[in-house]
Formats: sequence, structure tokens, C-alpha cells
Amino acid sequence: MALLQIAEPGMSTEPHRHRLAAGIDLGTTNSLVASVRNGIAVCLADEEGRTMLPSVVRYLADGGIVVGRTARAEQVSDPRNTIVSVKRFMGRGLKDVTHVESSPYDFVDAPGMVRLRTVQGIKSPVEVSAEVLKVLRDRAEAALGGELAGVVITVPAYFDDAQRQATKDAAKLAGLNVLRLLNEPTAAAVAYGLDNASEGIYAVYDLGGGTFDLSILKLSRGVFEVLSTNGDAALGGDDFDHRLFCWILDQADIEPPSSEDARRLQMKAREAKELLTVSEEAPIHVRLGSGEEVNLTITRAQFEEMTAHLVRKTLAPMRKALRDADLTPEDVKGVVMVGGATRMPRIQRSVAEFFGQEPLTNLDPDKVVALGAAIQANALAGNRKDEDDWLLLDVIPLSLGLETMGGLTEKIVPRNSTLPIARAQEFTTFKDGQTAMAFHVVQGERELVADCRSLARFELRGIPPMAAGAARIRVTFQVDADGLLSVSAREMSSRVEASVLVKPSYGLTDEEIAGMLREGVDRAGDDMLLRALREQQVEADRLLEATAQALAKDGDLLDDAERAAVGQAVESLREARNGTDHRLVKQRIDALARATDEFAARRMDRGVRSALAGHKVDEIEL
Amino acid sequence: MSVTLSENAAKHVASFIDRRGKGYGIRLGVRTSGCSGMAYKLEFVDDTQDEDLVFESHGVKVVVDPKSLPYIDGTELDFVREGLNEGFKFNNPNVKDACGCGESFNV
Repeated sequence: MALLQIAEPGMSTEPHRHRLAAGIDLGTTNSLVASVRNGIAVCLADEEGRTMLPSVVRYLADGGIVVGRTARAEQVSDPRNTIVSVKRFMGRGLKDVTHVESSPYDFVDAPGMVRLRTVQGIKSPVEVSAEVLKVLRDRAEAALGGELAGVVITVPAYFDDAQRQATKDAAKLAGLNVLRLLNEPTAAAVAYGLDNASEGIYAVYDLGGGTFDLSILKLSRGVFEVLSTNGDAALGGDDFDHRLFCWILDQADIEPPSSEDARRLQMKAREAKELLTVSEEAPIHVRLGSGEEVNLTITRAQFEEMTAHLVRKTLAPMRKALRDADLTPEDVKGVVMVGGATRMPRIQRSVAEFFGQEPLTNLDPDKVVALGAAIQANALAGNRKDEDDWLLLDVIPLSLGLETMGGLTEKIVPRNSTLPIARAQEFTTFKDGQTAMAFHVVQGERELVADCRSLARFELRGIPPMAAGAARIRVTFQVDADGLLSVSAREMSSRVEASVLVKPSYGLTDEEIAGMLREGVDRAGDDMLLRALREQQVEADRLLEATAQALAKDGDLLDDAERAAVGQAVESLREARNGTDHRLVKQRIDALARATDEFAARRMDRGVRSALAGHKVDEIEL
Repeated sequence: MSVTLSENAAKHVASFIDRRGKGYGIRLGVRTSGCSGMAYKLEFVDDTQDEDLVFESHGVKVVVDPKSLPYIDGTELDFVREGLNEGFKFNNPNVKDACGCGESFNV
């Protein structure tokens, strides 16, 4: 017998047509599933009433798989087959993985994504994540009394295409239909914005187990717009644990510990960190495998000192995100805290100092993302009234563009554009009779292609031969709501078309994104000069080519002296073109243009004469 | 003629309305659809209609439209837990047979 939930007025569904939807926060440390029931988003609990599922998967030798609390408790005894924080490996290659040396896993390098060797064979992070998702799916279906029609899964704002795709693949493997991937900070804003219905600019400070995201959001009339995002995909609560873990090793003078000892000490480090949130000092007692005992006490002040650099690391993304949104800390009406690590008093203090106000903590920072995802899932599944309809806008983190002549970047979709977005621009051919064009799709803020990240290349063939500059090729960039890019090019007269879907199998780390942004700003001056030079060089090449062709065809129109003068202008332009002074190139271009003025006029005369030859005046239509 | 809530159901309805932030009460009714002829309707109420009948049960307003009443007269709405799932259940004395799912019924 199905149990009924209270619907919004006029929104009762037909029997058997309930569209059950859930929001999933697939976290580094813990995962949650939530759903809107009786009009309210709630986190769904397991049989023992616990909502948080540790994102830990243990592969057993007998083929069994254990997920969650039990698996976490068994980390110490079976570190190699017990996978924790697998989110860090999603869509990542081996070289992106930090702390490899203190990690107990047997990594296998594989193209695109690192793999882990377990007692059940080699597992990809996608498969491990799918195990976590399956448990959440089963829990949701038991709690909601039916099959899930769709889910919204949250990802860090800075997840690149490869990481997003890996998350979607994991969902598919777990038998889930993904309605939408949603940025975690946006989900948090959904939870706060809709529940509290307050309008204005908000900052979302999300320090999870393994990722830090800072997003600036604008809430107005139920519309959520992400103005900017910034962050660090390799910074989280785990780093605080790791710092404390290193301190313990150092204090207790432990040589590189066995993997069992390492797990035990890491667990103690986390417990101590959590205790320091509520108490001024925490004892650390561990008995090592060797029988040796570690007895230490750490004070909150000590802990805050050794992790001060981690707290500081969150400040730069905060400043950058504000700068990108063209805002100051005073413009921010409220700061939403997300992630268990934001319970640390030092974090709350530092955020309060930066924004000049106490951050909002009235929703549980561990649950807020899942609750927002549930609200979004409910809306996407069609369980809301039209009048309540609201939009959710995300932004792209780095500009997308094309390579143009001279190795320059032409930005088509500027960074921080809201998603989904489509932008088109027209390009033309460079040479007479050109029938093909190569497109190089790049990502980044720099002016030169060499400094940006290459995403894809494709070619458009079958362009009808035309004079240089006559063909019109329309290039369209489309980024869908999940942040995946497709680029198409179409020649407008013949309608020939080519396109590419960009799903890079290998992602950028956030440090790289941050680095690319920083360089874009730092090198803005150099880039401008370089761009000016490249532009003049392209123009010089075009003019030299045209002049050479004209001389070959109509050289007889010039006498020796005239030809020598043009030749000299050509030589001096060629010399300047190979230098670095864009102004000089420009001067010489103008000089060559002047030197060939008369030549051009005579060529035109000859052209007109030959066109008119053999025709009477009255045959010519004017 | 009346429709009532069990004490447990009333407690949950009151708390849902409270967390929803608004709502006059709860509407119980039927619609002609579903695999066995009729389907239950369970909704929050923001605005009542002139013809609506309003009952009060454990402090919660229960709204029923006059056309639905004959089908659900004497019903007690209960709130129950079944495993991980929890929700409302119509204990309707008028029902002759129901489809297995319990979402739709016949009188």
C-alpha cells in the first residue's frame, strides 16, 4: 500500500504517476540523498536514522562490497581495498593526484583517469562512486516507496568536463537518470534562497572534505544567477587532517608508518580536529602496530597556527571571485557556509572578518547542498506549479574561443557567461580559392593560443573556391546546462557544415585554472603588445602575398625604377615583419601600400579595359 | 458527516504547514481517475472555495469539497511508517475494493 504525501494545491498527481525525484550530494567524505516530501526538502536517513553516508567503499576478497560507515571502520585493517575520498580521483590522471606517497592505494596509471588495484581487480573511480550512488538510490527508493524518475547530483563548481562526465557515468552505472548536474554552491543557495526567500548578493563558502568553492550569487525574484565562481579543487577538510597527521608523525618521531598505522593516525587526526571545534584542546592516544604508544595533546591555538596557511589559501579565491563579479565585500548581503569543515571556529572567524559580517549557518552545513539539489530535482521532475517556475543559471569558468591567423585567440564565449549559452561569429578565408578551414578550439584568458589550453580541432571542407575574404563561415559555440561544449562551423553559401563535441577526457586541475586566470591578468600588458604585433604580421603577410601575385601577373605595367621602389618597400616590410616592433610593421605596411598605389590603379585600368574590350558602350549596364 | 485526522497525522500535518511557512489547512478529496475508478487527493490549502466544508481535527483544519465528501465520509487520515517510507494513509470505510497500490479505490 502506497503512502501518500501532501501535494501543493492543485498539484496532486495521478495514481502511479508520481515523479519521484531526489537530490544527491556526492561528497568527498560523506554523501547524502534528499527529497522534497510534503512540500519540504528533507535528507533521507538509513535504518538507523543516519543521513550521512561516508563515501567509503571496501572491496572484499569474497566478491562482496561494503559501503559507508562499516567500510570506514575497516579502513585500518584493510587500507588497500578500502577506498576513501574517491571523488578526488574522478576524471583525473595519476599526475594530478596529490599525496600519492602517503596514500595506501595501489594506483594504476591509465589514459584519462587513474585506476585503483583492489582485491576485486582494477577499479576506476567511476565504478567506486557508482557503489556509493547505488546505496543512496536504494535508500531513496525504500524511503519514497517507488522507483526514482530522476536525480540531481551536485559537483564542485570548478569540476571540468572530464570530471562532470565521470560523475554522470557513475550515475548511469548506478542505474540513475541524471536530470542535471548542479554546482554545489548553487545548490546551497537554492536551499537558502528558496527556504528563506531573501533577495540580494550572496557568497557561498564551501569547504568540503576535498574541495573549496567560493561562489558569488545573485538572488532576485526567485531567479538564481551565479555571478562568478572561484576555488581550489585540491583544498579541503582532508588537508587539515593531513596537516595534523604530519604533526603527529613529527611530534611522535615516527618513521614512515605502515599503511595500517597511517590510517589509524589519520582517523585520530580527524577526531582531534572535530573535537577542537568545541573544545580548547584534544588528546591524541594511539597504539601503533609495533605496540608503541603515542600520547599527545594538541590545543586549538596550536592547530590553528599549523593550519593558518590553509585558511589563508581560501582568501585569494574569495577576492578573485568578488573581483570577477565587480563587487566588494560590502556588497555581499549574506555568506552561506557549506561543508563540515566550516564548523571550525577559525574558518568562521576568517570569513566573518573578510566580509565584515557573521556567516549564515542556520541550515546544517553538511546537508544544505543535498537539500538544494532535492528542491532542484523536484522542480525538474515537474512536481512544481508553473507560477513557481524559476531558473538556475551557472557560469563557465574560463573563456572559450578559436585560434585565428598568427596564433591569436579569438574569444567567442567570455568567461563567467551564464549557462546554457550559444554564441556565433563569422570568419572568412585567408587565401584565394581556399576550400578548407581548420578550427582549433581553445580555453583560457591569454591572447596567444600557445598560452591557452587546447580543447579540440576539426576541419571544415568543401568550401566553394572564392577570393580571400569572400567566404562567410559562421562558427557557433554552444555550452549546455551541464557545461559541455559543442562547436559547429558552417559555410553560409554552400551550407557545408562540420562540428565537434568537446568532452575532454583529461581535465584541468583547479590550480591550472587559477594559474591560467592569474597569468591572464599578470600578462595582460605583454599579451596586448604581442597581439598587436601578431595582427600586424598577419596583415603584412597578406599584403606581401597579394603584392607578389600582382607582380607576377601584371609586373609589365611597371618600369624598372618603379619595380625597384616596390621591391624595396617589400624588402623593408619583410624585415620589419620578422622583428618585434608592431608600430614599425604598421609603418612599413602603409609604405608598401603607398608604393603600390599607382600600380594598383594601373592594374584596375587594365582590368576594366579587358572587361570592356569588344563591347560597345551601350552594351555596358551601369 | 465528517472527515478526521488521527492524532499522529494531525501532528505531522501541523508541522509540515509550519515548515512550509503558510497554509490554511489540508484538503482531502477524490478524483475520478486511477486504475480502480477513484483516486485520493491530498493537498495543502491556501484558499478555500465557498462551497468547501471545513472540519477541525486535533487543531488542524480539514477541507473537503462537497462532491468528494460522499466518497470519503467517515475517513480517518493516519500517518504511518513502513520501513524507511512514511506517509499518509486513508482509512476509508466506504471503500469496497482498492487497487493493490492503495492510491485508487472503488465505492
